[in-house]
Amino acid sequence: MKNLATKSGFNWLKYASPKTFYPLAGKLIPWCAISAATLIAYGLYIGLLVAPTDFQQGEGYRIIFVHVPAAWFSMFLYLLMALYAGMGLVFNAKLSYLMATAIAPTGAMFTLLALVTGSLWGKPMWGAWWVWDARLTSELILLFLYIGYISLQAAIDDKTRADKASAVLALVGAINVPIIFFSVKWWNTLHQGSSISLTKAPAMAAIMLQGMLIMAIGFWLYSIAVILMRVRCEILERDSKTAMFRQD
Amino acid sequence: MHKKLSTFSVLYKILERDIKVAWRRQSDVMAVFFFFIIAASLFPLGSGADPKLLNAMAPSVLWVTALLSCMLSLSRMYASDYADGTLEQMMLSNQPTVLIVLMKILAHWMLSGLPLVFVAPLIGLQFNLSGAQLQILALSLLMGTLALSLIGSIGATLTLGIRGTGVLIAILVLPLYIPVLVFGAGAVNAVSIGVSPNGALSLLGAVLAMALVFAPLASTAALKIALE
Repeated sequence: MKNLATKSGFNWLKYASPKTFYPLAGKLIPWCAISAATLIAYGLYIGLLVAPTDFQQGEGYRIIFVHVPAAWFSMFLYLLMALYAGMGLVFNAKLSYLMATAIAPTGAMFTLLALVTGSLWGKPMWGAWWVWDARLTSELILLFLYIGYISLQAAIDDKTRADKASAVLALVGAINVPIIFFSVKWWNTLHQGSSISLTKAPAMAAIMLQGMLIMAIGFWLYSIAVILMRVRCEILERDSKTAMFRQD
Repeated sequence: MHKKLSTFSVLYKILERDIKVAWRRQSDVMAVFFFFIIAASLFPLGSGADPKLLNAMAPSVLWVTALLSCMLSLSRMYASDYADGTLEQMMLSNQPTVLIVLMKILAHWMLSGLPLVFVAPLIGLQFNLSGAQLQILALSLLMGTLALSLIGSIGATLTLGIRGTGVLIAILVLPLYIPVLVFGAGAVNAVSIGVSPNGALSLLGAVLAMALVFAPLASTAALKIALE
């Protein structure tokens, strides 16, 4: 494995070790955090001040600049978490487990954010805080899946076992996510159609799309910063007795 | 000197043994059964006895209650064999662990899922369900409870030997049970509104088929992690 890595010219396995990853993450965090703050501020400026008022939904629609990117990231982070969990199980790499563990709370936070903003949007538009429609329900179930992962991780005292067991759960959840989403969709569809699709031209003003994408990139950088911070904390907590962190 | 047993006979012995051991504690087995009856009978007391209302809510009430009673017995699936070391011996045997796990799941289903299939139509009568609805209810439970045992096995193996297992299993397993609930109750609801239940039943069968393939594999992986 080592030969393979060095032959390719760049030792890409170097940062798979917590010891070398720790300082790298420390260097990346400020950059990600600052650009995240800038992009989110700019995205909110576009969303709240620049973008035109929607002629059907009025000013109320502006919450989508937070809602839609949050919903994207709630799903994207779950898949990313499952990917890291799978990598952990296949390569038995400690850092992969740490990444999966660190992603879960951020993913759950975005899921909750998507639910809360969705319900704030739903009250003026649908006249109800909560509607049992397919996407809302799927998002709620996604939150349950995150909660399951976090509780299993927390319940097992042996960290190695906790990592592996919750990784299996994340993979089972990832296989189940499409089935659950399909079943819920089959069960009920009431939501307005998806406003962004990859095949059709977007049915919204270009400036709105731009604001939403800027917010999404901001959320992405925020996620990276927070996840790296959490990984660093986790490395410190688990390896505090090893030589690399001794001050003397 | 001992005779080499074929895989088939070993698996049959495991199934037989699991049922026998569980049956020695009949009260445990019966408790799940009675929980189903009692919990389902509580709903009319909370909602009033309007026959129309009862008929409308019966599929969801009976299905959710079946789901909960299956879940209640999950922690028993592996716990006692894990505690006394039997499970470790089983995994050391030269038979594929996946098949051993499948037999344990099957034993769990026969003792906790299958009885519900027979008693649910009786409870359904209390909820004013018609003959056609009762038939589909029993059929959907027959397929669905097996899927519940299969999926539940993943939760049971992941939480082996952990304190406060009961509530944790519920949190892990209930979200995964949703497709089974949707298609199972959906089949009965289809009959209620005069649509063919075949679509929902086929999808329930698809969920069962997927669970039959993936759940024993995931459970085996979880068992290996727990016994490391």
